[in-house]
Amino acid sequence: MASYHRPTDLSEALRILSHEPSLRILAGATDVYPAWTGAQATGGSRGHADVLDISNIAELKGIADRGDHWWLGALTTWTDIVRADLPPLFDGLKAAAREIGGIQIQNRGTIAGNICTASPAGDSIPCLLALDAEIECAEGRAFCLPLAHFITGYRKIVLDGGIVTGIRVPKQSGRGHFLKLGARRYLVISIAMVSGTFDIDEATGVIRTARIAVGACSAVAQRLPQLEARLTGTRTGAIKPTSDDLAHLAPIDDVRANADYRRAAALQLVSDLLDQVAMSHRSEA
Amino acid sequence: MSGDAIRLSVDGIDGLFNARSADTLADVLRAGDTSLEQKPRTGTKIGCNAGDCGSCTVLLDDEAVCACLVPAAQAIGRKVVTIDSWHSQPEMRRLTEAFTALGAAQCGICTPGMIGAAYGLLKHNTKPTRREIEDAIGGVLCRCTGYIKIIDAIAAAAGTAPIPVALDGGVGTNTASVNSAAAARGLLNFAADAIPSAALEIRVIRSPHARTTFTFGDLDAFARKHSLEATLTAKDVPGQNSFGIFPNTKDQPVFAERETRFRGEAVAAIVGPKLAAIDLSTFPIIWTPLPPVTGIDAALADGAHAIHAHLPDNVLTRGNLKTGDIARGHAEGIATVEGAFETGFVEHAYIEPEAGHAWLKGNCVQLSACTQAPAMDREDVFRVLGLPASLVRIIPTACGGGFGGKLDVSVQPILAVALWNTGKPVSLVYSRTESMIATTKRHPARITAKASADKDGRLTAYEMSGDFNTGAYASWGPTVANRVPIHAHGPYKVQNVSNRTRAVLTNETPAGAFRGFGVPQSAIANETLMDDLAEKLDLDRWQIRRINALRAGDATASGQVLVASAGLPQCLDALKNAWDKALSDAATHNAGNSRHKRGVGIACMWYGCGNTALSNPSRMRITLDRDGRVTIWSGAVDIGQGISTILVQIVRDTLQVNGADINVCSAVGDTTLTLDAGKTSASRQTFVSGNAAKRAAENLRAKLLHFANVSADAPLTLERGNPTATLIVGADAERRLPLDEIVPAGFDGIEGIGRYDPPTTPLDANGQGVPYATYGFAAQIAEVMVDTALGLTKVLHIHAAHDVGRAINPMQVEGQIHGGIAQGLGLALMEEFVSGKTENLHDYLIPTAGDIPPITTYIIEDPDPEGPFGAKGVGEPALIATAPAILGAIRHATGVTMRRVPVLPHRLWAALQTAKLVV
Repeated sequence: MASYHRPTDLSEALRILSHEPSLRILAGATDVYPAWTGAQATGGSRGHADVLDISNIAELKGIADRGDHWWLGALTTWTDIVRADLPPLFDGLKAAAREIGGIQIQNRGTIAGNICTASPAGDSIPCLLALDAEIECAEGRAFCLPLAHFITGYRKIVLDGGIVTGIRVPKQSGRGHFLKLGARRYLVISIAMVSGTFDIDEATGVIRTARIAVGACSAVAQRLPQLEARLTGTRTGAIKPTSDDLAHLAPIDDVRANADYRRAAALQLVSDLLDQVAMSHRSEA
Repeated sequence: MSGDAIRLSVDGIDGLFNARSADTLADVLRAGDTSLEQKPRTGTKIGCNAGDCGSCTVLLDDEAVCACLVPAAQAIGRKVVTIDSWHSQPEMRRLTEAFTALGAAQCGICTPGMIGAAYGLLKHNTKPTRREIEDAIGGVLCRCTGYIKIIDAIAAAAGTAPIPVALDGGVGTNTASVNSAAAARGLLNFAADAIPSAALEIRVIRSPHARTTFTFGDLDAFARKHSLEATLTAKDVPGQNSFGIFPNTKDQPVFAERETRFRGEAVAAIVGPKLAAIDLSTFPIIWTPLPPVTGIDAALADGAHAIHAHLPDNVLTRGNLKTGDIARGHAEGIATVEGAFETGFVEHAYIEPEAGHAWLKGNCVQLSACTQAPAMDREDVFRVLGLPASLVRIIPTACGGGFGGKLDVSVQPILAVALWNTGKPVSLVYSRTESMIATTKRHPARITAKASADKDGRLTAYEMSGDFNTGAYASWGPTVANRVPIHAHGPYKVQNVSNRTRAVLTNETPAGAFRGFGVPQSAIANETLMDDLAEKLDLDRWQIRRINALRAGDATASGQVLVASAGLPQCLDALKNAWDKALSDAATHNAGNSRHKRGVGIACMWYGCGNTALSNPSRMRITLDRDGRVTIWSGAVDIGQGISTILVQIVRDTLQVNGADINVCSAVGDTTLTLDAGKTSASRQTFVSGNAAKRAAENLRAKLLHFANVSADAPLTLERGNPTATLIVGADAERRLPLDEIVPAGFDGIEGIGRYDPPTTPLDANGQGVPYATYGFAAQIAEVMVDTALGLTKVLHIHAAHDVGRAINPMQVEGQIHGGIAQGLGLALMEEFVSGKTENLHDYLIPTAGDIPPITTYIIEDPDPEGPFGAKGVGEPALIATAPAILGAIRHATGVTMRRVPVLPHRLWAALQTAKLVV
């Protein structure tokens, strides 16, 4: 008989996990259950993994202003993000939240789950990279890691036997943006997506900082440091991205698109994102 | 389900449910438990078990969720609201009324999920915009309606105006579907809903390789270990281990015998009480893969492995149509164009996966499943069991979409073999992936075509050669090969035609019937060449179609004179204003935009209603009982297209009895209770079964007039009463006839019988003859916007003009057109089944609510004297013109001609890059 644990506090969850490190951690179940369905379809069984259900742990819930950073509890759903009163810095993440699955998935899927699944097509990941998010983990002890260090490869994360408790987003001024490319309007796995946060001097239109990340074009979503550096100190709209700025991406061919297209589309999306930034700055100024 | 009882609050009532923590809420709700006084809540449907289709949408603490993704443990202490709350929640009741009255439910399988999602929206937003409604239902897939009427219904329910009353009228009225109220309330029993809890389960062992030999290990030990009732392999099939569509193509085994022919083929099955927990990767079988034959080229190559030994060249069948002199025809033209075209496998993606159950009644096999063709299912079941036909009864359930995919048997032979071997009630529910890998697809086509026209744009010759990949088994391959040559040159007058087709066998998923039987593929080639000719001759694309359009009095390339009801010219004329405006709008837009380009395309189609040059009769029986109830004992399966409603309307206007309460029997298609009305396919039911019902109603009316001893035009009225109804004769009620005086005791009523078989003739070796009694015609315009930088196509508007002869039910006709267009849009832009890769509904994409543009329909009524009240079929015609119209629009927008579908963004982008280099 499979075991199913549903603790109400974190220390209990960690204790259970230390006894049964192979437990499948589950919150919204929007990745775990479809994966089980897939496994059964190809000849396995369904629903017999042992589960640690963390959805009832109150201390993993909520969105809070914690002085120098915003804290998003691990159990924060996409709907929570859409409805939350957050500064414009989060506009990109909010836009991504509206594009993930349908409403049903947005009501259930959690931000920590998206990160831990670590799919190259996880829509929140470029947004959180562009927010310099840090992942707060509990694994015997509590520690924090930049997202870029937390996801180490294709569906690979550093955490082994621990629980993600929350996401920390350092406070900065600026506004977030997000663009997604898919072959249909809703319920679509991204061919490519791009997110950015831009801090702009309102009077001059000069970009103080730019943080841009591209997803679904490499095993893990990637920031664009060269472009970010080129943009810094220039006026919005002054600089166009080049393929060289995206040279470190490593897109693949799959049923959704081929690598050549992904590379070109990513460049176009980045360019569109910068146009959107320039436009929104002009309309504000 | 063994495990603990958990307490849940569902639909306002606290109760105990037998569930384990990890069980999905969807399974728990659907299972129910009589000992715990929990009725099965089968209104919550399961379409994918992966959050991809949304048909299991319920509310959890007022938020819409997929019940298939909620562990039962997480529902404890929260408020669950399912479709069963329709009567107690006013907003939900309004939604069900709006869905019913406005034609928003076709097959009905997605309807409870749609209403759940809409109810979730209205909880938070009482005045949603259309866009907000789309956002709210974007997570629920519908394959029938094209979403437009669903959005209309939700908008109506959200408003404050009274919901329109559902109509119940005669021919020409927007009568509400007879099934829609039950569908909206989740009360329609689909195949997986009707399974008794005591039935044994079946799971099927399927080949993970396209072509492989295999050997079994110790099956008995596996059976003992898991306490199975039976393990089944080919040797357990009591009759013939083969089934198929035609008597001479019964080539598909229930279980493969030595070697599989496609990935997903059944090799064995296990039968037992609860099987979900069994890990089938431990099933004792050793696979020895062999190189498969993939694709048409490989199959036709010299020395290719023969998929079936008796067909060494892998050509299943050939089709042919020849008229005139093709060489002379090309020579007469001043413009000749040609091209090569390619389409892929397309999945039906009905939201209801195949399911059914079977049991014994005495020594008679009873089999209940979702189907489009109960009489054909019966033939294959008694063949597989080696029983006489009289010992097999098929009882169709409600069918959650078919589109041709449920014309072939799927679960039926396996259920029959399991029943035979265990003697106990058995059930089988396909998973989404099983449904996708094991059942038929649209044929991938490879077509080359060549057309010529004279200086006025008149076609002088059309020549096509098409290979259709029919996969591992024949299925409907012969039908595709025969139907395509008749239609391939389009609804145009051409003197010189040569069309040739082949159905080619490969080690791929069997291709069968899918809305249009190959004609959608050949229309892509045909309509592209029409655009090519227009370009070469500097003619308007509408104009060249109007010049060549078939009209009444013309002879087709089969030599059939269209005596009436050939309404393509009217369809084109109806679209002329929209065409001119769309062209001018596109030009205006494009003058100021270099990246986002608008384009307009147009395409025409024709489609013969009914089987090709074959007898395909329908028989109908209608009774009037002593209570005054008129019952149509219909064998014509309603798969959501609405034939049951159409029959009621036809019978109402034919019987002409005021006050008659006209119903369709509850067991539509039951092979014991109803007469064979043929299969629901080939756009034949309205035309063929409609005629049979009309004749049955005439027969019944004649009997009533005879009893009343009055003339044919005497007004008749039925008055309900106790203990018997009364027939009132004459305008001034001259006579009153109590029905118990004319309906003998012990009879189920006075009976009217009707039969209709469309007048066709066999075709000769050159395809000459009368293949169909009538044809549907249509023209569609697509307006698109292409983002040329990303290769992304958005369809902005479709204008659809369809000659349906007579719209028995204009609302249903429109629903068919919307749904067909949605599937045509999918064919053009996103749908491609790739074995091993797109075997679920998140990798295989069908259009969502946000992908369907506004659709303007023009219903052209050019009555067919042969049709019931002039009507013809519209089911397949709805889809055929859409993809070529979209391709034409993309070409108009970008200058690039796409000859392969789907036009995925990367394919269009690559073509645009190439075009740039050439320029």
